[in-house]
Amino acid sequence: MTTTLNPRFTFETFVVGAANRLAVTAGRTVAENPGSAYNPLFIYSGSGLGKTHVLMAVGHAAKAIAAQLNIEYLTLDEYVEAFHAAIAAGQGDAFRRRFQNVDVLLVDDVQFLTNRKEMQAELLRLTEALQQSGHQIVLASDRPPAEIADLDERLISRFSGGLVVDIGIPDYETRVAILRRKAEERGSSFQPGVLETVAKVEYPNVRELMGALNRLIAFQAVNDMPINEEAVRKVLGIPSAAGSPTAASPTAASSPAASADEFSQFLTDVTATVGKAVEAWRARVTEAVMRWEGEGYRTGRLEKLLEQETPAAVDDAIAAYVQDVERLKALEAEVAVLDPQAAGDKVFRDPDHMDQAEAAAAKVRDGAAPPPAPSGAFPFDSFLVGLSNEVALNAARDVIAKPGKKYNPVVIVGRSGLGKTHLLNAIGLELAKKKNAVVACLSTQQFVDELIAAIDGNRVDWWRARYRRATALLLDDIQLLAGKERTQQELFNLFNQLVDADRQLIFTAPAHPNTLEGLEERIVSRLEGGLVAEIADPDKELRRSVLERLLTSQHVSIEPALLDYLADRPIDSVRSLTGIVQRLVEAAAAQDAPVTAGLARDVLEGAPAPRRSTGLRTSGIVVSSAGGVRSREKMVWDWPASGDRVIEDLR
Amino acid sequence: MSLVNFTAREITCKIVYYGPGRSGKTTNLHYVYERVPETRRGRMVSLATQTDRTLFFDFLPIDLGQISGFSTRFQLYTVPGQVYYNATRRLVLQGADGVVFVGDSQARQLDENIESLQNLQSNLLEHGVDVRTMPLVMQYNKQDLPRELILTPADLDDALNFRSVPSFPADALHGRGVFETLKGISELVLKKLATGSPAA
Repeated sequence: MTTTLNPRFTFETFVVGAANRLAVTAGRTVAENPGSAYNPLFIYSGSGLGKTHVLMAVGHAAKAIAAQLNIEYLTLDEYVEAFHAAIAAGQGDAFRRRFQNVDVLLVDDVQFLTNRKEMQAELLRLTEALQQSGHQIVLASDRPPAEIADLDERLISRFSGGLVVDIGIPDYETRVAILRRKAEERGSSFQPGVLETVAKVEYPNVRELMGALNRLIAFQAVNDMPINEEAVRKVLGIPSAAGSPTAASPTAASSPAASADEFSQFLTDVTATVGKAVEAWRARVTEAVMRWEGEGYRTGRLEKLLEQETPAAVDDAIAAYVQDVERLKALEAEVAVLDPQAAGDKVFRDPDHMDQAEAAAAKVRDGAAPPPAPSGAFPFDSFLVGLSNEVALNAARDVIAKPGKKYNPVVIVGRSGLGKTHLLNAIGLELAKKKNAVVACLSTQQFVDELIAAIDGNRVDWWRARYRRATALLLDDIQLLAGKERTQQELFNLFNQLVDADRQLIFTAPAHPNTLEGLEERIVSRLEGGLVAEIADPDKELRRSVLERLLTSQHVSIEPALLDYLADRPIDSVRSLTGIVQRLVEAAAAQDAPVTAGLARDVLEGAPAPRRSTGLRTSGIVVSSAGGVRSREKMVWDWPASGDRVIEDLR
Repeated sequence: MSLVNFTAREITCKIVYYGPGRSGKTTNLHYVYERVPETRRGRMVSLATQTDRTLFFDFLPIDLGQISGFSTRFQLYTVPGQVYYNATRRLVLQGADGVVFVGDSQARQLDENIESLQNLQSNLLEHGVDVRTMPLVMQYNKQDLPRELILTPADLDDALNFRSVPSFPADALHGRGVFETLKGISELVLKKLATGSPAA
């Protein structure tokens, strides 16, 4: 029903001149203080002079200042149509309620109220309701309220009770400015003097001026050569001497009427010049004050400028102020990312105390530790590939190539010891190499602990901001979220924010997410919404690759029989291979013999392991692979020194 | 002297019509005088010889009334064009906010025009004013004379207007170009005054 605000119709794209300055200033004021400055604001002008532009600009400006405002723009005909439709549907009350809840109502073409008594009554009711509730109404018409035929006296009185402003025909300078801006917008350039020649013609409205410009642009495009002043006159049918200093005819100038006109015209011109040149600096300062005050910045520095008598260096002062405000905005935005609570600090709204703002930002910056990074111990190149982990590895490569785009989230599932943590960190390291990357990679337990600490220290916002900065979030052992309701809530919110921003999320879990107990459904469904990549028990090929690397790293010469023997042994994780190789190396060292298939068989199939002669203390417990401990990686081969143990016990 | 007094809310502009003898400076002022309503103009002081040549200077005060809250007054002066009145010219030029150089469009007067322009430059320098910083417009008067006797505005621009300041063809006797010229110099002066840097 209502028309969307045209994005081109803003105050920034409106060329302001003497003829429309008041309307624009009033419009800006209303946009900055809806309902409190001029209510209603009634703008009138002839057709094509910018009523609709100003009306929509009020809407844009108000929205820019307070995004939550409910702003509606519609023409009177649309309003009438909607009213009739509502009455026909028996929804008259709903219609009234709907408009009474609008914060800024912009109604165009109000002159069509003529002879519409019922709509006049309706609009009167609405105007009163909006005024009473402090909501703004802005109206536009092609004539002042009193000249709208057959308009209810009460409406005239209401409309006139606010501010009635008109938009006049733009003067020469404004016409030149409009032509220049429009030509620039359309990417057209003209020889010097061309646009000025067009501007000398006093078109009754801007639309016709635009029509003239269009003709020039078309002419220039067709002829593929710059148009000159003479050609402009021909194209637009302007008499050759029109408006030029040579135009005044001696006869005309000598007549008494012409004489009076000449001085009046001179006076008008001087008045315009004084308005623009002499006092314009005050207008510029006031405009700047109103603008920045409206945005919530302190403007004491600008207000002091108005106390001075001469305009010395006013523009420089405004420029410096704007520069400081821009710096404050940048600081506030930076701080908002690090600590949203701190961003609301008033120091970021006071350009007169930049040092305080800088100090506040620095303080926040210092306190904002980056989220935990991936471990450097797990480089991507060292992750060995086999059939059992190929899917996960390919997913990892895709994620590294297009983070956040292809699979999001990725959940790497597999039993313990299959390299999930390795792969997670390896991906994290690769992602961290990208420009401006902030990769958070940590265990779920650490994530939970950090949140608890943040709650304890009343720094949850800071904690949240820390992770919201992340370009990728990688959580190991997501199953540890089970039963942690608050953490799940936080992760849920973080998840949505990061995914919405195309930030990559990767999790590891021991099993498929929908089999994990204690996770909320909304978390599970999101985990399943991406890619679940499984790492299976290592196949023989992968086992061989891992063993070769492990033995080589222990400086063991690899004989095929040893490799075949070890690779053929059933194991449930890659990590257990590390344990096996460790045992063999120690056994060989104890016997002062090389690591061979025979030695491996003795060590791994029941022959008692010799006591180590290295002097290092061990647990002394040796359990065969067929024994009570199912996974060898659970074995503790090296105990920490006793001092460390005591500390552990105390913990 | 000057110009924009923000405290007293006054604007006072002193505009000097400069140029060679008989170029039409006084004619400009007379034309303006006749068009300004009596209530707004002061007495035009004109010290002329019996042959109507300006002996000392012409002075025409115009009260433009309240403009944007400023009480606005223009003071129009002419200087005697004859070479031997240079001291007077220098005196009148003192404190000028803007200068209208009234050139004689007749071809045979070109040298006088150039000489007067040089004299203007030198007199401004005497007051410590660089001609490049002084609001200045050119008026090419007597454009109503037969074409064979005069130079075109373009030719005069080439010969005299080396600073590319605004120039106006004029026939001051009949009023053509007189107010355009005054408007042109007023704009320059007001814009200059508005920047807070009086000309002289």
